[in-house]
Amino acid sequence: MLTFTIRRLVLAVPTLLFIALVIFSLLQLAPGDPMAQVPLTVPPEVKERMREALGLGAPVHIQFFKWIVQFFWVEPQVLFDNIFGTSFSEGKLRVLSWQTRSPVMDIVVQRLPQTLWVVGMSYVLGVMIALPIGIYSAYRQYSAFDQIGTFVSMVGFSVPTFFTGVLLIVIFSVNLGWFPSIYDTTHKVTDWESFMFQLRQMIMPVAVLALYNAAQISRFMRASMLDNLNQDYVRTARAKGLGEKTVVLVHVLRNSMIPVVTVIALGVPQVFGGAIITEQVFKVNGLGQLLITSIEANDLPMVQTLTFIFALLIVVFNLIADVLYGILDLRIRYD
Amino acid sequence: MTLKTTLLGAVALAAIAPAAFAERGADGHVNIIYWQAPSILNPYLSGGTKDLESASMIIEPLGRYDETGALVPFLATEIPTIENGGVSEDLTSITWKLKPDLLWSDGTSVTANDVKFTAEYCMHPEGGCAQAAKFEGVSAVEVIDDLTVKVTFSESKPNPYGPFMGAQAPIIQAAQFADCLGAKAPECTEANFNPIGTGPFRVTEFRPNDVISLEANPNYRDPAKPAFATMTFKGGGDATAAGRAVLETGEFDYAWNLQLAPEVIEQMQAGGKGQTIAAFGSLVERIMVNMTDPSPSLPEGERATAKHPHPFLTDPAVRAALSMSIDRELLVEIGYGQAGRPTCNLVPAPALYASDNTDCLTHDIEGANAMLDEAGWTRGADGIREKDGVRLSVLFQTSTNAVRQDFQALIKQWWDEIGVETELRNVSASVFFGGDPGSPDTFQKFYADLEMYANNFDGTDPEAYLAAQTCDKAPRPETQWQGENITRFCDPTYDAMVAELGRTGELEKRGEIARKLNDMVTKESNVIIPLVDRGRVSAHSNTLGGVVLNTWDSELWNVADWYRTE
Repeated sequence: MLTFTIRRLVLAVPTLLFIALVIFSLLQLAPGDPMAQVPLTVPPEVKERMREALGLGAPVHIQFFKWIVQFFWVEPQVLFDNIFGTSFSEGKLRVLSWQTRSPVMDIVVQRLPQTLWVVGMSYVLGVMIALPIGIYSAYRQYSAFDQIGTFVSMVGFSVPTFFTGVLLIVIFSVNLGWFPSIYDTTHKVTDWESFMFQLRQMIMPVAVLALYNAAQISRFMRASMLDNLNQDYVRTARAKGLGEKTVVLVHVLRNSMIPVVTVIALGVPQVFGGAIITEQVFKVNGLGQLLITSIEANDLPMVQTLTFIFALLIVVFNLIADVLYGILDLRIRYD
Repeated sequence: MTLKTTLLGAVALAAIAPAAFAERGADGHVNIIYWQAPSILNPYLSGGTKDLESASMIIEPLGRYDETGALVPFLATEIPTIENGGVSEDLTSITWKLKPDLLWSDGTSVTANDVKFTAEYCMHPEGGCAQAAKFEGVSAVEVIDDLTVKVTFSESKPNPYGPFMGAQAPIIQAAQFADCLGAKAPECTEANFNPIGTGPFRVTEFRPNDVISLEANPNYRDPAKPAFATMTFKGGGDATAAGRAVLETGEFDYAWNLQLAPEVIEQMQAGGKGQTIAAFGSLVERIMVNMTDPSPSLPEGERATAKHPHPFLTDPAVRAALSMSIDRELLVEIGYGQAGRPTCNLVPAPALYASDNTDCLTHDIEGANAMLDEAGWTRGADGIREKDGVRLSVLFQTSTNAVRQDFQALIKQWWDEIGVETELRNVSASVFFGGDPGSPDTFQKFYADLEMYANNFDGTDPEAYLAAQTCDKAPRPETQWQGENITRFCDPTYDAMVAELGRTGELEKRGEIARKLNDMVTKESNVIIPLVDRGRVSAHSNTLGGVVLNTWDSELWNVADWYRTE
């Protein structure tokens, strides 16, 4: 297992470099101009000088090389400095956003908490709702519970979050006035009262996303349980007189979890990717909103860095899913 | 005795009450929402409105424009003019005097050195300053004494109020930005995010593209202002959500620029938590007519250049007919409501420069048809007019935007009625307005027959705006397709009058020339077909007082005077 992990990690390096190159070339080829948002009252000669100041005049391969050095060499040094208080990165140029002229990674770090709180919480909540529903729906297939579960997950699956989000805002913020419609990212939890406020501002975005996540995962769980419930080993277990609880929750569940765990692990990078639409609707201003505003503003260093981080996370979680697979199912051997 | 004490106490309280009202920070907290989030608080590194306006609460210019477009002193004691001797007779220099005892928010004194430094900062050749146009023609900025600074121009400048005037050119602190000149400008993140200023507020925390937390500036020059102790300036989302937060849920006190359909705003106002305010500036939605041939059959590099005049849009009758057939009243009603009014002018305001041109307001399909008949354009079998084998078939493009697509559909219908075939096209705003010379879809390249967008000018003087329509400003391959004369209109008389405007200092005369220039490109030639004079609609809650909407400067120009009612 260890050699497998190491081999995969080594293989990941060229993969990631290739991904970085692909992202960079795609962004170069895409139409658009970082000066598009500058008002028309600013004359073209001034815009041209602003472009030069952004480093847009440099040849493409130099721009790419600069980004690689800044991202893989300077940024880790900054991280190291922050942790150990050293000063390796002093005076070195970091990846700078074109919009804010500030280091991209600082903004990413600033955005992480709200994204992890809202999107992460909704994922955890979604999983916690989805698993029991999936198990019970499969066990009582075609029962009223299963039908309702199917209906709810179809709704959660097919109704877009920009609809459910706005619907919740209209009901709970505008008409009832219970929850704020705009997320306060500067809010700090210090006591019970501020915790309650945090809870109130998180309820709606978390509910919207949890419904979507739960719908997806509960369908996987149900399908996987159904596959196993009809297997011979289940009949054997029942025949030898084991209780239903043991049969379903120990024998069947353990085997059914294998594909579901993979699905859950592969979904984790999406948490870091943020939820572009839901974040916009509730003004959570996390990583998803950061990505979409950078795309609109043609802030290439920011888009490049963010998409690359997502790619990195996907590669890592793929590996984690594979390793988990081997741990859950002892029959699987990678060596 | 007790009665007397009570009465005395009551009198004392009554006397104190108004005083307490006028105390700095007495009204607590205020929330502002901009649906575009500020990225940076240094206007010299970003031209974006969201950045200029959020920064305008922190750093201030020497003078601003008020809601009527008049000049008012802010850091200066008065606006220099020829009459008070501040502007030299030959219009080559302007001398500003700072108010005495001004302090930065860190407690140090504001001096003429800071003003001089601001000019150096923006005029540095490697800085990529977004407001460089404001400092164009400045040959020297000299410090006369601690409070006096003299700006000299290389030639006479009839409008000397470019540098240090308005939201685009505020004064920054020399001490804070000393190491941020030129290529180093973007590296000064701390200074760009937390500029030390003279404005009513100062930054406590800046989160780029998200939210700004501010507090009252303890060193603000008016000890009674601002009334609010703290402020949250939230950014992001969309105009609908911003309007909702002020008008329906009451979470926010002020929402900027609600570009929404008139009926949506009306519905929101029924929420009863706030009200909308509208004001008009110089922003005009217009159709630009391509005077050159954008035909794809022409070789790249010659397409849409002066080398090939347009096959039919060069005919004045066709352009006039296109303009006459448009019902501007209906466009306003559908697209802008309270935030728009029909116009025939490229320069709709200020009054001095606005021409009394209203001919185009009559929607006249018959007249347009008659005009085309007379010019020899006859209808073919399919109802489309043609002459000498040239069909009146146009490609009409604009940026992707719900209102603009509605306008396109309506205009296509009217042009159909006069026998002009219209193909519609819309391009994503970030591409359309981006100046990428490699893209065929930018508004400068103009690979279409007609295109619609809006533009305005900074401040109240339209000289540079009108000068943008001269022959040499046409985008073409030699200029990497940069240039502001989008129509490629070229008339030596126009160019000569623009030059004359540049030499004229007397206001009356300037107004006269500007009105004439406006008429030349609009009603006389119909090269530019103005549609709607677009105002700004913002909203404030019922408990926020003192708001004066200003389209000539930052909307938050008088935020120091805002207070809580009730």
